[in-house]
Amino acid sequence: MNLKLIINIAQSLLVARWRQTLVAAVGVTFGITMFIALLSFMSGLNDLLDGLVVNRTPHIRLYNDIRPRRHQPVTLWPAYQNTYPMISSLKSGNIRQEIYNSGPIIQALQQNKAVLGVAPTITAQVFFNDGTVDINGVINGIDVKAETKLFHFDDYIVAGKATDLNTVPNSIILGIALAQKLVANVGDIVQITTSTGAIFQLKVVGFFQSGLQDFDKAQSYASINTTQKILGKSSLYITDIRVKLYDINQAPALAKSFARIYGVDAEDIQTANSQFETGSFVRSLISYAVGITLLIVAGFGIYNILNMMIYEKMDTIAILKATGFAGRDVKAVFLVIAIAIGLFGGITGLISGFGLSVVINHIPFHTAALPTVKTYPINYNPLFYFIGISFSLITTYLAGWLPARKASKIDPVIIIRGK
Amino acid sequence: MENTILAAVNIVKYFYDPVKVKVLNGVNFSIHRGDFVSIVGKSGCGKSSLLYVLSTMDTDYEGDVLIDGISMQQKKEPYLAKIRNEKIGFVFQFHYLLNEFTVLKNVMLPGLKLHKYSEKEVEARAYDKLKTLGIADLALKNAARLSGGEKQRVAIARALINDPDIIMGDEPTGNLDKKNSELVFDIFKQLSHELNQTMLIVTHDPDFAAKTNRIIRMEDGKIVNEEKNLVG
Ligand SMILES: Nc1ncnc2c1ncn2[C@@H]1O[C@H](COP(=O)(O)OP(=O)(O)O)[C@@H](O)[C@H]1O
Ligand SMILES: [Mg+2]
Repeated sequence: MNLKLIINIAQSLLVARWRQTLVAAVGVTFGITMFIALLSFMSGLNDLLDGLVVNRTPHIRLYNDIRPRRHQPVTLWPAYQNTYPMISSLKSGNIRQEIYNSGPIIQALQQNKAVLGVAPTITAQVFFNDGTVDINGVINGIDVKAETKLFHFDDYIVAGKATDLNTVPNSIILGIALAQKLVANVGDIVQITTSTGAIFQLKVVGFFQSGLQDFDKAQSYASINTTQKILGKSSLYITDIRVKLYDINQAPALAKSFARIYGVDAEDIQTANSQFETGSFVRSLISYAVGITLLIVAGFGIYNILNMMIYEKMDTIAILKATGFAGRDVKAVFLVIAIAIGLFGGITGLISGFGLSVVINHIPFHTAALPTVKTYPINYNPLFYFIGISFSLITTYLAGWLPARKASKIDPVIIIRGK
Repeated sequence: MENTILAAVNIVKYFYDPVKVKVLNGVNFSIHRGDFVSIVGKSGCGKSSLLYVLSTMDTDYEGDVLIDGISMQQKKEPYLAKIRNEKIGFVFQFHYLLNEFTVLKNVMLPGLKLHKYSEKEVEARAYDKLKTLGIADLALKNAARLSGGEKQRVAIARALINDPDIIMGDEPTGNLDKKNSELVFDIFKQLSHELNQTMLIVTHDPDFAAKTNRIIRMEDGKIVNEEKNLVG
């Protein structure tokens, strides 16, 4: 089959009917535009909502859980070696929450090739004293640099500076809702009481807003040093090591191996936050369903127009056949027409889909929950564009197939006689 | 005989709609290279039906058609298309040209399909054929803008583009006025004389038939009479 000739004939038929062709192509363009814009927007929203949690959640968290000791005295007693002891009123033992050898563990983790970074933390349960009222709260002792690098700590600071935690002694950054309850401004002093009754005065150097109201009501941040002082612990006292990996999917496997090697508990992000996947998945599913529906509608448009074209071009088809074109040549001509419509409509659809995404990305979008977000989010994933163009070609091919087959089966004798 | 280019062997054809009718009732004849043959007969006697069978476009018949000695019975559609492209030139009553193309492109298309010559060569040949028919100046016009006589001449040029073994025509002058009919007939005669082109033309114009070498007369789906004509 001479493809150049086929394309040449297809092109002439297209040009002769450019108005109808354009209508068909615009249908595809519209479908692809919406498909791209919708997926980019939904995916952007997904990333944003996931980011709310995932950005601030370590891929692996190392800690010592509070639980009953695995080896109770009775199981160690030789006389009971081959029995199943029943122990009632079992209590969690006096396991220390401190991670032993935290220094060497952190060093080893930092040298691990799969690890992006390590952030050690401690938490202290305290009361914020506000006149006669005590407000329950938590102080997180953090390494500001690691926290900013790994968990975008900076992004959530709405007043003051994160680095002041390191430079100003006995300083604290309050959750915005907590600060409002305490009526504290940046520069003010707040007083806290620890669980052991010690009283400290801390200087407020900033506020943060996470977007999760409950979180902002109770949480606050201080440097690791300050927190160790509040707890009355040495400078080696670390209760949590939070790890970010290069590849989040390795988290479950690496968590297991870290737990074994360092003799601690390790929790991976997939186990801790399994529900987020579900939400993202459903949103993506809806976008794909709507996009594909639009394309199918466009496909019916192409089907109609090709059918009409074949009806109008009966004479042309009959002559082509009478002068030596085989049915498969005629079929190829109409398939080329369909695919040309798909390609043209698809490519303009990609371009205007990109344009629409850019427009959406510039629409202002302010929400108290997301201080760093100023406009609607868009995910410019090239994959969407690839899927879009593939779908447009597949739909137009399928829409063109039946009419093309019909054209190939036209009996020239009936047409030529029929006049 | 060596020289036979087209042979009809006992061709029988039925139409089934609305009732079963035998339109061709055992047609036998053969055509030699260089023959200029006309088929005449009353309207409805089966001339067109016979021509469509001979042209390989209609495959629903009994008997056989031999083109250049090869049986066309039981051949696949792409094969028959190739035969039409290569060996048969067809001229219809209603000068069917492709309105999407120029005159030149109309003439070129079967040549491009055959793919024996390059596009350049096909174009040169097409110009040549148009010149032979005295319409080279129309080459770049859109096919839809020609007069009936001009269209029919373009159709003849198209039929000639692949140097076919035989040209078939179904009342090629049937839709033309007297002057154009004569013009077209003169072209056929010129092709017969100068190029020794084999031609089989269906007509119900007795004047036209009288000027061909051989007249096949049909009645009710049968050949009833053949005359050799030494004029011409
Ligand atoms: N598609 C068809 N279905 C049924 N009968 C047909 C069909 N085409 C032609 N006929 C009939 O077959 C006969 C021969 O037709 P045709 O070959 O066109 O004759 P001619 O060309 O000699 O005028 C006529 O009686 C015509 O009515
Ligand atoms: Mg007829």
